[in-house]
Amino acid sequence: MSGYRLREGGVVDRTQPIRFRWDGKAYTGLAGDTLGSALLANGIGPVARSFKYHRPRGVMTAGPEETGALVTIGKGARREPNAKAPAVELFEGLEAFGQNAWPSVRFDLGQVNDLLGSFFTAGFYYKTFFGITGKGTWEWMQFEKLIRRAAGMGRAADPADMAKDHDAYDVIHDFCDVAVIGGGPAGLAAATEAAAAGLDVVLIEQDFALGGRAIGRDEIIEGQPADAWIAAQEAGLASARVLRRATAFGLYDTNVLGIYERITEHEGDPDPALPRAAIRILRPARVILATGAIERPIAFGNNDRPGVMLAGAMERYASRWGVGPGSRAFIATAHDGGHADATVLARAGVEVTVMDARPDGSEAAEMSRAAGVEVLEGYLPVDAEGAQAVSRLMIGRAREATGAGGIAVASAERDRRADCVGTSAGWSPAIHLVAHRGVKPVWNGDLGCFLAGEPPAGLALAGSASAHWSTEACVLDGRAAGAEAVAALRGSAAPQRPERVAPLGAPMALHEVKMRSRKLKSFLDPQHDVTTADVRQAAQEGYRSVEHMKRYTTLGMATDQGKTGNIGGLALLADALGQSIPETGITTFRPPYTPVPIAALAGRARGAHWQAIRRTPMHARHEAAGAPFTDAGAWKRAWYYPGPGEGIDEAYVREAAMVRETCGIVDVSTLGKIDVQGPDAAEFLNRVYVNGFAKLPVGKCRYGVMLRDDGIVLDDGVSWRLAEDRFLMTCTTAEAAHVMVWLEELLAWRWPELRVTVASVSDQWAGTAVAGPRSRAVLERVLTGGDVSDGALPFMGVTGAHLAVAGGVVPVLIARISFSGERAYEVYAPAGWGALAWDALAEAAAAEGGAPYGLEALGALRIEKGHVTAAELDGRTTLADAGLGRMASTKKPFLGAAMMQRPHLQAEGRAELVHVIPVEDGVRFSGGALLCDPDVSMGGNDGHGVGWITGVTESPVFGGWLGIGFVAGGASAWQGREILVEEPVAGRSCRAQVLSAHRYDPKGERMHA
Amino acid sequence: MMLIHCPFCGPRDQSEFTYLGDASITYPPLDAPYEAWCDAIFLRENPRGVAVELWQHTLGCRSFLKIVRNTLTHEILSVEYASPTMAAAMAAEAGLSVPPSTLPGEAAE
Repeated sequence: MSGYRLREGGVVDRTQPIRFRWDGKAYTGLAGDTLGSALLANGIGPVARSFKYHRPRGVMTAGPEETGALVTIGKGARREPNAKAPAVELFEGLEAFGQNAWPSVRFDLGQVNDLLGSFFTAGFYYKTFFGITGKGTWEWMQFEKLIRRAAGMGRAADPADMAKDHDAYDVIHDFCDVAVIGGGPAGLAAATEAAAAGLDVVLIEQDFALGGRAIGRDEIIEGQPADAWIAAQEAGLASARVLRRATAFGLYDTNVLGIYERITEHEGDPDPALPRAAIRILRPARVILATGAIERPIAFGNNDRPGVMLAGAMERYASRWGVGPGSRAFIATAHDGGHADATVLARAGVEVTVMDARPDGSEAAEMSRAAGVEVLEGYLPVDAEGAQAVSRLMIGRAREATGAGGIAVASAERDRRADCVGTSAGWSPAIHLVAHRGVKPVWNGDLGCFLAGEPPAGLALAGSASAHWSTEACVLDGRAAGAEAVAALRGSAAPQRPERVAPLGAPMALHEVKMRSRKLKSFLDPQHDVTTADVRQAAQEGYRSVEHMKRYTTLGMATDQGKTGNIGGLALLADALGQSIPETGITTFRPPYTPVPIAALAGRARGAHWQAIRRTPMHARHEAAGAPFTDAGAWKRAWYYPGPGEGIDEAYVREAAMVRETCGIVDVSTLGKIDVQGPDAAEFLNRVYVNGFAKLPVGKCRYGVMLRDDGIVLDDGVSWRLAEDRFLMTCTTAEAAHVMVWLEELLAWRWPELRVTVASVSDQWAGTAVAGPRSRAVLERVLTGGDVSDGALPFMGVTGAHLAVAGGVVPVLIARISFSGERAYEVYAPAGWGALAWDALAEAAAAEGGAPYGLEALGALRIEKGHVTAAELDGRTTLADAGLGRMASTKKPFLGAAMMQRPHLQAEGRAELVHVIPVEDGVRFSGGALLCDPDVSMGGNDGHGVGWITGVTESPVFGGWLGIGFVAGGASAWQGREILVEEPVAGRSCRAQVLSAHRYDPKGERMHA
Repeated sequence: MMLIHCPFCGPRDQSEFTYLGDASITYPPLDAPYEAWCDAIFLRENPRGVAVELWQHTLGCRSFLKIVRNTLTHEILSVEYASPTMAAAMAAEAGLSVPPSTLPGEAAE
């Protein structure tokens, strides 16, 4: 390419060189450069290959709307694809690479796709690869893999690299009075106005410098040269918070802003203690959108060649960065703006020709001529020629008057030498953020752009975002917007906003230049390789809605989201359909405005910090015993305690058998524990549980089941009556939080007349269950006070006692409850004493021939006994399904009683709790397996089967594999018949027998012993 | 990302709260007939616009709040304690007289 550094000018520090590497080679830029300006200044181009056709591409814009120069930044875990070179701040040591090409962007074998370009039109992939052999989707999926490899947008960092080393991000919640988005002339004026009034102002600017398009501009603003004015505004913002390198990517309900704030992203050697970037969730009382406007290109032949860019971008490179985009420039314009850009280039020593598409001379053209610029009125760009970059430009005149649709039909008249071409069809106010609030854009034919509709309360636009085109008008409007915000927050009278200033000459609609004699390849969306022909083809094939055309052609679906090309595309669609732009409409603007790393949204909540980890008071004891842990919600629970040479299977079977023979202790601290207090506590539980609690005596506990409003089981657990007006309710680990909220809701909302309070005490009590025939003996070894004799503490009895532990005596609560089916006790100690209580009980258990057991053995024991857990009470189960139908009281109403009577829940043949054992020895199946009827087509129930397995274990008691689950009709329906246990995903199937789930000690003699 | 003005804790982020359903429902007494419960449980409005909702400040004071909210714009029109007992207690704490409409027991009707 033909870019170079101008001898003078630009807001860059010529005394401060910045070294960077491009495709492995060393280059130098200047402080104040972007990667885009540095690449241009070094004459580097092309810098990328396009998505589909692998055409060479260069820098096309001067901001995040970039459609050509997509590059990869960094290496290893920090490799970031699709960075837009003009939006990347240059830093010492920056490494950047051209992407989407092999072996290099200058010589790319994929370019062959370009020769086949006439085949790769809209919908090509789908039309061609769908159903060649009639296999439809499957076949498409095979082709898709190949296509995705050939077409692409750069490669993300390797997950393996990222697992070793990744950047940190933060999420910040913030508040302010006024948020001003955009630090250009309008935004600076608005922010200084609001800050001067003493308001808490946050100014958000995506660039690293304030000033927007006024930076380096040769003009006077409010009586000062532009750069001095900018510095003066910055000084006026001393009391405000100015966020540079921060992009407001989304505006959400109630004017909440999502801001992506680069913290060290732009640094070569960042402080490792700082995050790469942060998401700031800002809640301002008022928002001023001074987001500026985005220039629209004119589509013409080969308008994607390196060297073709937006006219305004050429001006920016010269004024702000002191970079000449070329030495022989053409600017094609359809409004006054192109003349101002041409004048800037001419002053920088570039030989410039302006082609003003408007046929009659305007005042602006005279100004260009006065600056020594060649002006060709009525001329249009037709075709950009050249190999790696533009070297000649074919120009011509419209053969007929260009209509309101903005499509000019030109003849090729003159072939001129050119090394850079700028186009400007006009400017589109950046109304993305206001559109995020659901405000529909409204087409304004006079201004030739979409304006925001009426913004919601607390939100205002200012400057070129509201189609004020001159710097002077933007500053005036910005000041008024700032004063308006002050007035709104202080309750004073709001000032009048200035009227829009009319341009010297009326703008002309111009979106595309085409020829009669031959087809031109003209790009609307260079990033996705979408051409004007694609849009016409979509219209021809019936894609009449702009949203459908977008998805069919992929126009505006690349990483720039069509910031420059969408308006041209919909104008061409409107023309093809013979309708107006308002009739055609515009695609919906959605967040984010520019791409946001997913990692930034996650912030610190990743890996071990993704959610809180809950450990029981005895956690360190289990760790010391070598127990692996398993997750139960946020809890870590000891899984099993492996003996020498034992794996999980040997360990849990030994532990389960030990409990049945002697005794064992298990950590049950994870159970939900709710302290229920108040004169109406008994009445409260009586309404919540299906069974009666009103007459439960003090010093006793009772198993209870509670239903949801709709009659399905919510949870089960044991409630201990500690006093007339006090219960300790326990609930399952899985449902503890849910039950707590449920009880709170009932008391706050439905039954405020009940004098009851509830408090979660799950974390206050450490629970150890002591189970097995020797369990009472274990307790007797460690109790220093209290009586656990069967007379004093019968089955379902509760007592207070004292436990001798190392260094003291602990008051404990003991209830005689069994989950295993053996004689058993739950011993609750204050959490701080939990580990010591555990030690004492473990020592006593060892003396009685027992040891700790883990969650796996706990599961084995309860499956043998046929006790249910959250795996069975899964939100579909009724009391009767769980085999607990007889528990429901008929003497009192309770929650869910009415809905329990729903016909479907009372239907015959519902799945009921059963035991399932394989017919053949040595065969196993897993939880989740389907139970199928071998005598019915597809196993019954249209292939869904007649039941399912919820838990499995090796059973020491029954000798062999044992499953618990649900089967239609229950055990009685399957007497004498085999069932099939199917695991289609694992490719396993076996025959099994269905038995009652209540086979172990059915009379409860061991439990009650 | 709504900001909810909890009467106990002050303005807090939506992520601290849990939505718990329609607060315009009057639940029938426990011994009410099947049909009354069917109506309360299954016949729900799905308002486009102003709705009365039950929320809990789960990660805060755990108060239950009756929030009047526009489901279309997420604008919150009012926040008050769902529990009349709580409202009365807080009002008494603040030395205010208790509005007659929030006397304990009335919501139990």
